[in-house]
Amino acid sequence: MVRREGKDRLEGLQVPGYDIPDEVKGHVVITTLNRLYNWGRRNSIWPMMFGLACCAIEMIATAASRFDLARFGMEVMRPSPRQADVMIVSGTVTKRMMPLIVRLYNQMPLPKYVIAMGACASGGGPFKEGYNVVSGVDKYIPVDVYIPGCPPTPEALLYGLMKLQQKIEKQSLKEVYLQKDEYIPEPVLGPDIMDPRDFPMIREYTMKKLQEMQAQVGESTAEQS
Amino acid sequence: MTTLVTVPELETRFAGVITPDTRKGYEGYIVDVQHLKDFAKALRDEYGYDYLASLTGVDYLPEGKMEVVYHVYKSTGGPGLVFKVQVPRDNPVVPSLVDIYPGANFQEREAWDLLGIRFEGHPNLRRILLWEGFWGHPLRKDWREPYFEEEGKPYSSRWPEGKHFHHEDRNPFGKNVDYPPGFDPYTWEPETADEILYQAVLKRSEIRDDLRTERVVINLGPQHPSTHGVFRMIVTLDGETIVALEPVMGYLHRNHEKIGERNTWIMNIPYTDRLDYISAMANNFGYVLAVEKLMGIQPPERAEYIRVIMAELTRIVNHLWAIGFLLNDLGAFFTPALYAIEERELILDVFEAVTGSRMMNNYFRFGGVARDIPEDAWKKLVELVTDRLPRKVDELDRYLTESELIKSRTIGVGVLTAEEAIALSTSGPVLRASGVPYDVRRADPYSIYDRFDFDVAVRYHGDVYDRYLIRIDEMRQSLRILQQAIRDIPDGPIMAGKPQYQVRVPPGEAYGRVEAPKGELGFYVVSTGKPNPWRYHVRAPSFVNLTALETMCRGHKIADVVTILGSIDIVLGEVDR
Repeated sequence: MVRREGKDRLEGLQVPGYDIPDEVKGHVVITTLNRLYNWGRRNSIWPMMFGLACCAIEMIATAASRFDLARFGMEVMRPSPRQADVMIVSGTVTKRMMPLIVRLYNQMPLPKYVIAMGACASGGGPFKEGYNVVSGVDKYIPVDVYIPGCPPTPEALLYGLMKLQQKIEKQSLKEVYLQKDEYIPEPVLGPDIMDPRDFPMIREYTMKKLQEMQAQVGESTAEQS
Repeated sequence: MTTLVTVPELETRFAGVITPDTRKGYEGYIVDVQHLKDFAKALRDEYGYDYLASLTGVDYLPEGKMEVVYHVYKSTGGPGLVFKVQVPRDNPVVPSLVDIYPGANFQEREAWDLLGIRFEGHPNLRRILLWEGFWGHPLRKDWREPYFEEEGKPYSSRWPEGKHFHHEDRNPFGKNVDYPPGFDPYTWEPETADEILYQAVLKRSEIRDDLRTERVVINLGPQHPSTHGVFRMIVTLDGETIVALEPVMGYLHRNHEKIGERNTWIMNIPYTDRLDYISAMANNFGYVLAVEKLMGIQPPERAEYIRVIMAELTRIVNHLWAIGFLLNDLGAFFTPALYAIEERELILDVFEAVTGSRMMNNYFRFGGVARDIPEDAWKKLVELVTDRLPRKVDELDRYLTESELIKSRTIGVGVLTAEEAIALSTSGPVLRASGVPYDVRRADPYSIYDRFDFDVAVRYHGDVYDRYLIRIDEMRQSLRILQQAIRDIPDGPIMAGKPQYQVRVPPGEAYGRVEAPKGELGFYVVSTGKPNPWRYHVRAPSFVNLTALETMCRGHKIADVVTILGSIDIVLGEVDR
């Protein structure tokens, strides 16, 4: 097989590098392992049965008879993250829920995918300014497909899932199966939600704030005296 | 329209204790804090106001006062009564009314959580929507969220110049967080809230007999396939029997009320869609009623009929969904739900044709509705209401009601007596399945419901089976109303006056209540005459109905919890707001 580089390599996943002689064309199919395997993978994505808010209702409607997720091999909703391939974050992500979403994400086996369904999961949506709302689930976990809408119609969700299928189709098995499982530290709930990776920054910020406050108090007492 | 009364007899009896609220646009009485409990007790026992509909707080920052507002009604129907207590803002302490009105339990906890009003004598005064250790009480007027921009919309950065910026760019962390000055995450000790919770639930279930048995604490949720969203329950078990249960919520708390107080009046309509997202237009209805009451306007005839048609269709959608998923919880995984969702899709087609959206309709306006029903949608609607839906409701009834499996799982499970149901302030199907024929459409008529001929569905056993049956009954009654409405609907305008983007709402307070599919949905709004509401409170039926969950579950098996929860029919968007 011809070894291809760069952009060609992606196409190489789709097209085998062999010319099949005309006389056997009807009998022989040549494909790559990647393509065959990804074909199977993309047609049996198991979503996690995980609903957050309004979008979950549209997700259920998509799974029901009119739109029928089963056409895409996705009807097997798994309540356990250990058996799921894709997490559809369907709804507003609150700070209180965020540590649990990260935990669920960490528990999913590789290769795993995340779909941010709807405006809230993608960027906070109409509730963005709220004090308990995370402005987009991608602030904490990586997202593969964003689906706009409030809530997205079932057709939009299906389109997003098809986009995910296309993405899976283009992946190389080597990359998918040799990737390291990246553990994302769970955020903790203090006075506000805290990402453990942000701790130094938080301390710097709060100490600066305290100094500013003390300086202000100092100034005003100096003025009084 | 929701009406409130004054009782002259009360004024003479409690002279010196209560004073009529004379502020412009306000109603009811202001009660002296010291005598609140006596007053409430007399109201309940002697005057028949045994149903506490809503309890909330208001932060009057300029006056330096906190006010707690109570709306009480008679469970036999009729207009209600509102009374308030006022306490200083820096130390707001109010006696708890949980022992008089047990339904105040969660609502007082919410007022403590969001406004910092302490209720003395409350058995379990912990935060309910936010977590223990959260910085501040967010609904106080001087509390600012991390993405704070201005006190009220429209923000001067966005209008009229139309310049837009991302909040992330202004926040030093690039995300929606802020921390108190001097806070050190390294020395900070995490709140052991969960452990405290488990211990508290364990303690409530102390072993009283001599037999040495062990209590097991089980945590259900928030990620659990049958909790209807992100709801969490902590259950203590003796063997398989439930001895105590503590609902934990707030996993979908999206700050509806704080955002609502920054928004202009009309901006809140689309937000109300997202409260109970299965029956969006019923929520619109409650909010526009409350604001219309303040504004003193009346929608034209045709708009009233369209509103009733939409609200009743929403009720059918909701009950179909509720029945489908109750059966789901019982173990009939997805087949009954598929039957229900099929009909729901057809109704949603009508909604989409009329309002432009399947779920989030944003259809009602102050003084009318957004647009008229198009011709083809009307045809579809008439066909659905007169032909298809009655058949399909009968079909569901035929398939499910006599099923032996359903009967054996639901009869006698999760019983709530009529007295408990009233005391715990439950509403909607939960209340009516317990034998209390209380329906806001009849008890305190609003809009044009007094014109229609329909029965208030009521069942008397108060178990899960009756709560299922009552939803079938209510769908039939809704169809009756719908058939009368499509027969009588007149032609004419659908909007009083011309549509406005910025409505002027005179100062005052109003409480609008409607019979939403899940129960009594109330909106308490306070206006100061500014473009934004001063206070915007939602009395959510699912939230208050959950107060009764422990009473219903105690003594049953762990497998029944899911069924009982399914029979209350909660929606987390409304529970947590």
